[in-house]
Amino acid sequence: MKKIAENRLPELYQALSAERKLYLPLEEGGVVGYGLYSPEKKTALTAPSTVKSPKELFFPQVEGVVNFQMQGKNIDILPIEMPKEDFVVMGVRACDVRSFDVLDRVFLSDPVDGYYAARREHGTIVSLACDQPQNSCFCEAFGIDAAAPAGDVRCFIREGVLYWQALTDKGQALTDSLFGLLEEAGPAGQEQQEAFTAETKEKLQALPYHGLDLSAFTPDRLGELFHDPKWKKLSQACLGCGSCTFVCPTCQCYDVRDFDTGHGIQRYRCWDSCMYSDFTMMAHGTPRPTQLEKFRQRFMHKLVYFPSNNEGMYSCVGCGRCVRKCPIHMHIVKVIKALGGKKDE
Amino acid sequence: MQGTAQLILERARELMQSGQIQRVLGWEKGEFEHDPTPAFFESEEELQNFCYNDYCGANLSKYLIAASKLEGKTLVCIKPCDSYSLNQLITEHRVNREKVFVLAVPCPGMLDPVKTEGKDLSQGERKDYLLDKCLCCKGAEHKIADETIEGPSLDLAPEDRFAQVRELEALSPQERFDFWRGELSRCIRCNACRNVCPACSCVKCVFDNPNSGVSSKASADDFEENMFHIIRAFHVAGRCTDCGECSRVCPQRIPLHLLNRKFIADIDELYGEYQAGEEAEQRSPLVNYQTTDKEPSDALKGRG
Repeated sequence: MKKIAENRLPELYQALSAERKLYLPLEEGGVVGYGLYSPEKKTALTAPSTVKSPKELFFPQVEGVVNFQMQGKNIDILPIEMPKEDFVVMGVRACDVRSFDVLDRVFLSDPVDGYYAARREHGTIVSLACDQPQNSCFCEAFGIDAAAPAGDVRCFIREGVLYWQALTDKGQALTDSLFGLLEEAGPAGQEQQEAFTAETKEKLQALPYHGLDLSAFTPDRLGELFHDPKWKKLSQACLGCGSCTFVCPTCQCYDVRDFDTGHGIQRYRCWDSCMYSDFTMMAHGTPRPTQLEKFRQRFMHKLVYFPSNNEGMYSCVGCGRCVRKCPIHMHIVKVIKALGGKKDE
Repeated sequence: MQGTAQLILERARELMQSGQIQRVLGWEKGEFEHDPTPAFFESEEELQNFCYNDYCGANLSKYLIAASKLEGKTLVCIKPCDSYSLNQLITEHRVNREKVFVLAVPCPGMLDPVKTEGKDLSQGERKDYLLDKCLCCKGAEHKIADETIEGPSLDLAPEDRFAQVRELEALSPQERFDFWRGELSRCIRCNACRNVCPACSCVKCVFDNPNSGVSSKASADDFEENMFHIIRAFHVAGRCTDCGECSRVCPQRIPLHLLNRKFIADIDELYGEYQAGEEAEQRSPLVNYQTTDKEPSDALKGRG
């Protein structure tokens, strides 16, 4: 394990961003989001959460697929290059690190999504253990250890020192490139980690959603859950906006559209939302005509369909973003509790 | 607030028992104080989950578009600021007045769960925890009501709602452009502002029409994408009551209400003071041509 004093973090950022792009939580306009580091930016590494997850660094909200250029009767097809720049994402919390396992299942299984695969290959994830879980957090319910995130490098901050531990070859290579900047943490690092883990565990146990029970969400209950009359009440006030889906680290649906530039076409893909009226619109119409079906789709996908197809892995990581951002406060925890999760302590 | 909630509940039960209303549109208890959800209550049993507390900031008037199509009358809890939106929806024939029983409820100013999270509310003033929209409160008077529940109202001198508009007007065009490009660059196209907006009541929004050439999702071109907000602001000009819901629900805290307030300030300046939703069936100056109206060229004079 290595270490560096917290007040020397700007030096670490400089070193990390010298050879490659560095993305980390930045504060802008009163909100925190992942952004490209430069010395004049206001970093917010220890902010409890970001509005959007780091998902967009691997699966951008908008990305060009191919361009068409028209000249007279000729159409030139202009391919878009695959991403090939190395980059580092720093400050990724345990919940968001887990979200990449979920996304990998979708984008790296056959047929492999080349854009996502290229970014995964070129990206190095430096995670940061969580020491301020929010009241809206429930990562524990998915077996995630907030104090010990995965990633290529794992960090935690305690008593003014950032501790750094490479977990993969990629992480080791990054560590080696920082030669001279990081010091050996020695046995004290291990002690600090144990103390950090104990403190975080205590905080997690005090959270209002501690003990959230998912046992009702099993593949064999698919029919029963699908037809539960409670969906009507749960969905009745849903605005049909895409806040929950766009702040979600695991939502992965996208749409492919053409943008007419006047002298050609930019074909691009962009995040889609099951809450939107034209989601999965087909020639005959939509299979989910009212908000009830759209709303149900989102939660059934995360809690039943996805685990059914992925050895029981839920496609929610308990980051709490939808809990915080839903304009009407109707979110996955209320759904879990209403449909069979634990109601009271 | 508990007293007010009790009074609302008692009256709602009476009206339901007497058959004058079929359902209640109010707020349902959340898991905590700060997370009530708008809800329809169809029976007295369901009403047990009714709540009216410090976090009922959501404007319920837009849900009445759907409720207008249901059998029988819907009792709706309307705060003073929501009453402007309801009037506007009635004016635009989006809500059927006959199908609505307006229970005017008092509002002491609603709290912002983002501002109150982890705070001890006994420290500091209520003002520090209010939703931004409440800082420019339009007052305690309801502009439409069938019955009124009495209770405490917000005791606070409202801020000048045009102060920030004037600051933006004082900037150079380039500075103003940069300001909005910066703010709008954070937009994630979740459409929460549009979907919550009582003035955005089109059956099918142009952005939801796949044949319109514009998209409800993120666009290939970020300038096109920013235009979504400009187009929306133009479309609700003269109809926006300044209820502030757009900025309340924005996950990226973009001050969208400032676009609308700029239009309101311009309308006031060109046609005289006008408040959308002040009363039902009034005509907005933008759809009410008078031969004495200023010429478009006058409107442009002295503007950068």
